[in-house]
Amino acid sequence: MNVRSQVSMVFHLDKCIGCHTCSIACKNIWTDRKGTEYMWFNNVETKPGTGYPTQWEDQSKYRGGWEVSGSRLRLKSTGKARIITNIFHNPHLPTMDDYYEPWTYKYEDLFNAPAGTDQPTALPISKVTGEYIDIKAGPNWDDDLSGSPIYAANDPNLKNVTEEQRQQLQAIERLVFFYFPRICNHCLNPACVASCPSGALYKRGEDGIVLINQKRCRAWRSCVAACPYKKTYYNWSTGKSEKCLLCYPRLETGQAPACFHSCVGRIRYLGVLLYDADKIEDIAKLPPEKLVEGQRDLILDPNDPAVIEAARKSGVHESVIESAQRSPIYQFVKVWKIALPPHIEYRTLPMLYYVPPLLPVLGSSANNIYENGTNAEAIFHPFDETRVPISYLASLFTVGDEAKMRYVLRKLMAVRTFKRAETVGDIPMAVALEALKLADTTEAEAEEIYRMTALPTFAQRFVIPPMHREEAIEAFKDPQDHKRAAGFGFMDAPKRGL
Amino acid sequence: MNSLLQAETGGLPINDVLFVVTPYVVLALFFTMTIWRYVKEKFSYSSYSSQFLENSYQFWGSVPWHYGILSLLAGHLIAFALPRELLWWNSVPARLYIIELSALIFAVVTLIGLVNLIIRRAIDSRIRAVTSKMDVIILLLLLAQVGTGIWVALTARWGSSWFAAVVTPYLYSLFTFSPDASAVVNLPWSIKLHILGAYLIFAVFPFTRLVHVLVVPNHYLWRRTQVVMWNKRKAQGAEQ
Repeated sequence: MNVRSQVSMVFHLDKCIGCHTCSIACKNIWTDRKGTEYMWFNNVETKPGTGYPTQWEDQSKYRGGWEVSGSRLRLKSTGKARIITNIFHNPHLPTMDDYYEPWTYKYEDLFNAPAGTDQPTALPISKVTGEYIDIKAGPNWDDDLSGSPIYAANDPNLKNVTEEQRQQLQAIERLVFFYFPRICNHCLNPACVASCPSGALYKRGEDGIVLINQKRCRAWRSCVAACPYKKTYYNWSTGKSEKCLLCYPRLETGQAPACFHSCVGRIRYLGVLLYDADKIEDIAKLPPEKLVEGQRDLILDPNDPAVIEAARKSGVHESVIESAQRSPIYQFVKVWKIALPPHIEYRTLPMLYYVPPLLPVLGSSANNIYENGTNAEAIFHPFDETRVPISYLASLFTVGDEAKMRYVLRKLMAVRTFKRAETVGDIPMAVALEALKLADTTEAEAEEIYRMTALPTFAQRFVIPPMHREEAIEAFKDPQDHKRAAGFGFMDAPKRGL
Repeated sequence: MNSLLQAETGGLPINDVLFVVTPYVVLALFFTMTIWRYVKEKFSYSSYSSQFLENSYQFWGSVPWHYGILSLLAGHLIAFALPRELLWWNSVPARLYIIELSALIFAVVTLIGLVNLIIRRAIDSRIRAVTSKMDVIILLLLLAQVGTGIWVALTARWGSSWFAAVVTPYLYSLFTFSPDASAVVNLPWSIKLHILGAYLIFAVFPFTRLVHVLVVPNHYLWRRTQVVMWNKRKAQGAEQ
């Protein structure tokens, strides 16, 4: 057993209100520079929808992630044999038009326009060329346009949805959508790292954060094509790729990443998971139907004495083990089993999990009266009639397996029913208890899920492990000497003269 | 004969300046500036790919250019490193024709690629936005160099043989610090321009995006698939 720790995340989609505060917090800190205007390390998509970059989930176009070929795991877009041909022209690279061309407005025209009878206008200009542009797309161009035949209909996840369900999904009475906030998943088997010809990308051993060394990146662009989630971005100005760094400078000082900290709906959780690094490749090679359980098996119980012993032996710090024991992520993913990884069929083993949305579960219109179906008899109303088809959610989170998705939704619904019976009382407690039993949960667990979902404190949502960055310098020199010489950090010393 | 001595005794010093002094100045500049840039300005070592901004025309420029120029440079290197073997190979006319013809084809491919890259850079507004002065200078120098190369190939036949017989000894004399340019100065101007063009390109090389040639990712072929770095442990490849 080779125990490692990973800073992992859960996003609770039922709580996301699509306000984009996370995106803005991130942008203001990391991507407001030239060449990064089009990048959104954190973005929020409307689902069903095509996302950003457009149709990033369509791997027949982008060839992101891994595939099993024989007994081997190989990248879909590149590899040792294909690096030469890819390096001059990467056939799977998305271009700026797949994202959008960033723009601003010529605001000075508002002030400089000569007096006249018309209101002056500020025309849009490209942030790349500085020329006037006709804006054709933006990072959230299909925001809240779920029912639209132009955008939502092109969502790759709709391929498993029957034509009838598809019609219903777009019928105005049933129109429904949810938000899908995305950041880098800081995968256990990152395709971006494996694809980099220069070896500029790496995963940090202590916390699993995936980073790009800006001095080693040479703009070969392999990572952009290889990441199936399209979460590495090419800076067209500096000729370097950049990606979400999980705000590691904040984490190292005990603060939650900006997008987590600013989340209005408090949908985000962060904590450490311990996992067995020796099993990564075997798990990533499992047949698609076993991937969800496989990844769950990879995660180790931080309270198991054998795991603790192995973790100590692998050099996991005592404080990190202690942090893993309090991790909300472990509860969501491993104990309650209600958080699922996005598109695990890409085989990168993402470490960002999602609690799928219940939404208004059912809705129907009879005699021109719209009914929001939540009466007691309909608690376990067949999920086939949910407003977002199960097959759609299954395509996102369980490699198309509807049974696994039903399990999660049933549990979430049972918790809701139980709390409603307890607090509102319009549902008989007997019905609620029966619901809990059917959903493979107990009163105690339902109470825990409720508390962690509805009432968690800041410290319960973000259990940030001490990252012991102060120890990093020990590999090179005495920390006290270093502090006196340059302050903490690895930047150039404040040296006088040549 | 020592050509420097000849210069002192009244011969034209211009040839010595061009073919004896220049290469040493250029080499000194090349090595000091590339190393300085690597040490001090490592962030600027990049291919500055613009495929992200324009994808389709890039294929018809970058691909023929790279395959063409790499083949041509390999040809020059063979003539420099293995002159006797090359002359032996060329002793049969059919084999000489094969070499000459394939070199010319590669030269045309290179030219097509380069012209496409120049046109693309000129007509696409996004690409113009990421074009620096050095990009323009190096593109024009490369165009001139490919142009004189093709001119040489068409006018001074059997270059693969006379390169090995005339230019290789000259280059050897430079590298062994006993410079002798006497054979080269009598070559036609097309060839002399091609040689001087090469020096010029070497001189500006450290200041252009061409430095990406020096950091081609050779270790990708044998490194482990995943890269994990530790604060306290030594950097290592891990899992897989």
